[in-house]
Amino acid sequence: MENLGYLLAAYAVIWALVFGYVLFLQRKQRKLQRQIDALKESMEK
Amino acid sequence: MNSNHTLRDSILWGLGFALMIAALAMVFVYVPTEKHGGIVQRIFYFHVPVAWVAFLAFFVTFISSVLYLWKRAIKWDAVACASAEIGVIFTTLVLITGPIWAKPAWGIWWTWDARLTTSLVLWLIYVVYLLVRSLAADPARGARYGAVIGIVGFIDVPIVFLTVNLWRTQHPTTIIFEGGLTTTMLITLLVCIAAFTVLYVILVIRSAGLKTMEAEVRRLRIMKAE
Repeated sequence: MENLGYLLAAYAVIWALVFGYVLFLQRKQRKLQRQIDALKESMEK
Repeated sequence: MNSNHTLRDSILWGLGFALMIAALAMVFVYVPTEKHGGIVQRIFYFHVPVAWVAFLAFFVTFISSVLYLWKRAIKWDAVACASAEIGVIFTTLVLITGPIWAKPAWGIWWTWDARLTTSLVLWLIYVVYLLVRSLAADPARGARYGAVIGIVGFIDVPIVFLTVNLWRTQHPTTIIFEGGLTTTMLITLLVCIAAFTVLYVILVIRSAGLKTMEAEVRRLRIMKAE
């Protein structure tokens, strides 16, 4: 089991970055949807 | 989002999840430990697919940039930009997992050989692409400049791929195409490549959708101001 730490570190980095990016996309989507809704609402007034 | 998109997304997420679970099971349970490389050689099964996705992403950026300059349709710009973003993330992963593997395998984290250096240059090219896109005062001009970088920058992708065959490098050669893998290793690698390809498709659809939403916000703001 020599070098197990390196193996786990490599896989952890991959998952951390992929999950981080998915979270970033989710937050961005919510923010943009709010902006679109607010702009449409203000234009309807 | 219509019902066709919801069904497509559900299928993609389901397929991606199943393939990723299968890939992890194969890497950690199915495939035997390589004799010379030891346990750390298992980084190979994710390192190579991650590099494949980076190349694929930059190829999609290249094609979409050509189509944007030709058709001037915003959807091609959205796909080009989304794919470049994903390409940068996956090149970052290549540049991190490579040294993590290199340290126990070569005894060093980094060396300025042709493969590693051209990979770093590739990462820098597309970071510049994203900076040009985000810093441009006029989004249309940023899209045009980005498209040019997306086309010209792609030249580095075949260079990165061919470095190990053109020059003597520390990095291993393309053993996949030279029959250097056993059947078990090859099957595991192919499943991992399939899993990451589906992940790329999911991410690029999602991210390109957000670029389109950003354009919609800009359009609505202009309409409101008029």
